Amino acid sequence: MSQKRLPVWVDIVLIPLINVLLAFVVAAGVIFLIGESPIEAGKIMLMGAFGYDEGIGYTLYYTTNFIFTGLAVAVAFHAGLFNIGGEGQAYIGGLGVGLLCLALDAWLPWYLVLPLAIIAGGLFGGLWAFIPGYLQAYRGSHIVITTIMFNFIASALMVYLLVNVLIEPGAMSPETRRIAGSTTLPFMHDVFSAMGIEIASSPLNVALFLALLCCVFVWLFIWYTRWGYAIRMIGFNEQAAIYSGINTRRMVVLTMCISGALAGMVGINEVMGAQERVVLDFVAGAGFTGIAVALMGRNHPLGIIVASLLFGALFQGGAELSFEISTITRDLVVVIQGLVILFCGALAYMVRPSLERIFKRAVAEDKS
Amino acid sequence: MHPELRSGNANNADLPAISLRGISKRFGAVNANSDVDLSVACGEVHGIIGENGAGKSTLMSILYGFYEADSGSIYRQGEPVVIRSSSDAIACGIGMVHQHFMLVDNFTVIENVMLGAEGGFSLSQSVSKTREALQGLSDQYGLAVDPDAMTGDLPVGLQQRVEILKALYRGAEVLILDEPTGVLTPQEVKQLFGILNTLRDQGVSVLLITHKLQEVLAITDKVSVMRAGTMVAERLTAQTSKEELAELMVGRKVLLRVDKTPAAPKQSLLDVVDVSWRDARGVERLKSINLQLRAGEIVGIAGVSGNGQTELLELLSGISRVQQGYLDVCGTRVDAQTLQDAKAFRQLGVGHVAEDRHRMGMVSAFSAKETAIMGFQNEVEFRASGLAGSLGLMSSAHVTRYCESLMAQFDVRPADPNLKSANFSGGNQQKLCIAREMEREPKVLLVGQPTRGVDIGAIEFIHQHIVKLRDAGSAILVVSVELEEVMSLCDRIIVMSEGRIVGELSASEADASRLGMMMGISSTSERLS
Repeated sequence: MSQKRLPVWVDIVLIPLINVLLAFVVAAGVIFLIGESPIEAGKIMLMGAFGYDEGIGYTLYYTTNFIFTGLAVAVAFHAGLFNIGGEGQAYIGGLGVGLLCLALDAWLPWYLVLPLAIIAGGLFGGLWAFIPGYLQAYRGSHIVITTIMFNFIASALMVYLLVNVLIEPGAMSPETRRIAGSTTLPFMHDVFSAMGIEIASSPLNVALFLALLCCVFVWLFIWYTRWGYAIRMIGFNEQAAIYSGINTRRMVVLTMCISGALAGMVGINEVMGAQERVVLDFVAGAGFTGIAVALMGRNHPLGIIVASLLFGALFQGGAELSFEISTITRDLVVVIQGLVILFCGALAYMVRPSLERIFKRAVAEDKS
Repeated sequence: MHPELRSGNANNADLPAISLRGISKRFGAVNANSDVDLSVACGEVHGIIGENGAGKSTLMSILYGFYEADSGSIYRQGEPVVIRSSSDAIACGIGMVHQHFMLVDNFTVIENVMLGAEGGFSLSQSVSKTREALQGLSDQYGLAVDPDAMTGDLPVGLQQRVEILKALYRGAEVLILDEPTGVLTPQEVKQLFGILNTLRDQGVSVLLITHKLQEVLAITDKVSVMRAGTMVAERLTAQTSKEELAELMVGRKVLLRVDKTPAAPKQSLLDVVDVSWRDARGVERLKSINLQLRAGEIVGIAGVSGNGQTELLELLSGISRVQQGYLDVCGTRVDAQTLQDAKAFRQLGVGHVAEDRHRMGMVSAFSAKETAIMGFQNEVEFRASGLAGSLGLMSSAHVTRYCESLMAQFDVRPADPNLKSANFSGGNQQKLCIAREMEREPKVLLVGQPTRGVDIGAIEFIHQHIVKLRDAGSAILVVSVELEEVMSLCDRIIVMSEGRIVGELSASEADASRLGMMMGISSTSERLS
C-alpha cells in the first residue's frame, strides 16, 4: 500500500534517531549480559570517538571512507540500482591510485599527482562497476548478483597482484613499496602544525576535503543536471523515462560508472593518504558500510555526511572500547556496529507504521 | 470445501443463487456503482455487458470480496451473507476466473488446483485426494485436463479450464468469468461455450462479463446491461437483439458540444502502412494496420481498451520499434531497419500525450516543473548559462519560468511549479501533460485518453485546445474509450477490435449504436464492411 503522509521531519530526523536509539538499547542489553556497565561502555565509546584530538582524527578518517562509499551507493540507488559492489570498486580504485602514484612519485609533488590520481582511481573503480552495469543493461544479469561477484573477483585479483606482481622485491608482506613522502597526501596533523597548531597524529588527511567536494558534486549532479534528471526519472518510473526519449540502458551504464568512480575515491584516502602504499584488504568493509550509510542518509549527500560521521564514531569508539574493557572483545564491537546497521539499514522502516498510527491519532484529536 | 461436502441446492432451486440489492460503491468523487440490483438463478448463464468504466468489474470485485460495498447487501439462496475477502466468497460457493489467469506456470495442474486448499501437513496425501476429486469433476463437467501436465506448457484454453477446475474444486456454485474469451481462439471459444452449457446443466450459475455482443447472444440466458455505474436494463437473451443491446450499452447521451468548423484536411503527415506488431510473448497485438493522418484533421480511434490502441500509440510515438510494415512520419520513413526512439520521434515533430499518465506521462514523485519538461530535458533553453550550462547544469529558474508559463496558458491549478506532480488533481495533471506536448506545436499529436480522470470543466478546455491545434494545421490522433468524446471531438473515426481496424466512419455518419456494434466485432464473427 502507498505510504501514508507523515511530516517531513519525522522521516528525516525522528525515524533514524529512534532506530539508532533502539540499536543502542539492544547493544546495552548485550553489554549488560556479559557483566559490564552499559553506561560506562557508552562513555568510553563517546570519549574514544570525540573526546580527544587523536580520537576525532580517527573518527573523521573513517568518516571519509564512508562518505565515498555512501555516495556511491546513493547515486546508483537514484537510478533504482542496488550497487553492492562498493567494496570491490574501492579496492580496484585503490589499485589505480597506487599504480599512478608509484609511477609518478619520483617526479611530481602530491598536489600535481592528486588530480591524476583522482582520475585514475575513478577510472579503475568506474571500470569495475561498468562491467556489471553493462551486463545489467544489455544482458539482463541482475546487478546485485554481478556486483557481489565482482567483489570476490576484485579480492582475488588484488591478492594475486600483491603477492606475485606488485610486491616489493625482497619484502615478506604482500604490499607495494611505499609511495615517496612528497607524493602522499598531507596528514591533517601536518597541515595544522604548519599553521602553528599542534594536534596528535592520526591517519586523517586532506582526502576529507575531497569527500566533502564529492558531496557537493553528487548534490549538483543528481538534482541540477540533465543526467541527474534522467537518472532520477529512471529510478522513479522507467516507463516514463522511455517515454521521454531517454536511453535507459546507456544511463544505467553511466550511473554505475559514476557510482564505481565514487567508491574508487576510497583509494585516495587509503592508498595515497593513510597507508601510503597498496596493502591487502585496505577497504576493510567500508564498501558494505556504505550501503547502511546511504540507507540511513536517505541517499542525500547531507544525510550521508551525518550517517558517515555516526559510523566513523562507532568504528573509532568501538576500537577504544575493546581496548579499555578486556571482556568486551573486538567481536563484540562488531556486534554493536552490526546492530546499528540492522536497525538503521535493514529495519529502517520498522517503526514507521507505529508512528503513522500515533500521528493519525494526534491529528484526529486535534480536530475533535 | 470439497465438492462432496457441498449442500445440495435442489430444495431451494427457486431461490436465486445470488442476488445483490442496492449495491453502491464510490471511489473518491466517482460513483462506480450506484444502487445496483442483480439476481442470478441457479443453473443460469447470466451475461453482464457494458462499456469500459460502466462498473462491471467493480460489481464483480464486490461480489468476490476484493472491495466492500459502501451500502447494499448480498444474498446467497435467500440468506444474507457478508463477503469481506475472497476467502469469504469461496466459503459462500462463489468462484472467479480472472481475465488474466492466476496460475503458477511451473506448477502441475494438480498443484495449481490444490494451491491454497491443501489441507493437512502431508502433501502426497492431499495430492492423491485432489487427484480423485479432480477426476470426479472432470467426469461430471466434461473438463478433461491432464492433471500432471506443467501448467505453463498448456495452451491458453486449457489454462482457463484449470482456472475453472480450481473454482469448482473449492466448491463454487456461482462462477464469475471476467472477459473469458479475450485471449481465446475461435475454436477455444466454442469449447468454452460447451463447458458453460455443461455447467448450466449441472446447476452451476455463471456470471459472464463481456463486451462482445455476439457471445452474449450465443450463450447466455439473461443479460444485464450496465452503464455509468447503474444497472440500466435486464433482458431475456431470447427476446433481445444485438441492436437493442448496443443501444442500451452506450445509451442516448447528450452529446458534448465541441465548437469546431468542419475539417479541411491537407497533406498527409503520418502514414501507417501495413504495420503488424507482436509483443514480447509473441502475441500479435496489431494486425496489418493502415492509417493516414492529414494536416488539419482529428482522427479518433474508438474501441474497447486492450484491443491494440495502446500498442499503436507506443509504436507511433517511437516507444516500441516497428517490426513489420513502415511508417512515414512527416516525410521520414521508419521501418524495422531504422532504429528510432521516442526522442527521435519528438524531433520529427510527433507529440504524445500518454494514455496513462501515471504509468508513463508523468513522474508522480517529480515536482510539476520537472514533469513539465519531460521529453524536452535536453533543450538548450533549460540549460544554465555560460560554463555551468556547458557542464550540463540545468537552470532551475528557466525551468520554473517555463512551467509557470505553461500553467498560465493551460490554467493549471495550483500554479505552483514546485508542487509534487502527484498532489495535483487528475484534470490539472492532464492539463500539464497536454500543455507540455502542445507548447512545442507538434506536426502530429497523439493523444491517448485525453480526458481520463478529468472533471467536466477541464474536458471542455482540453477539447478546445485540441481543436485549436488542429486549426493551426496539426494532424491529431485521439484514442479514447469514451465514445461520446470520440464522436464529438473527431472528424473521422476508426474502430479497432482485436488489433485490427474493423471500420471507419466520418463523424457525421457515426452514432453510438453503430460504433458499439463495430467495437464488439470479434474474430468469431464476420467483419463488417
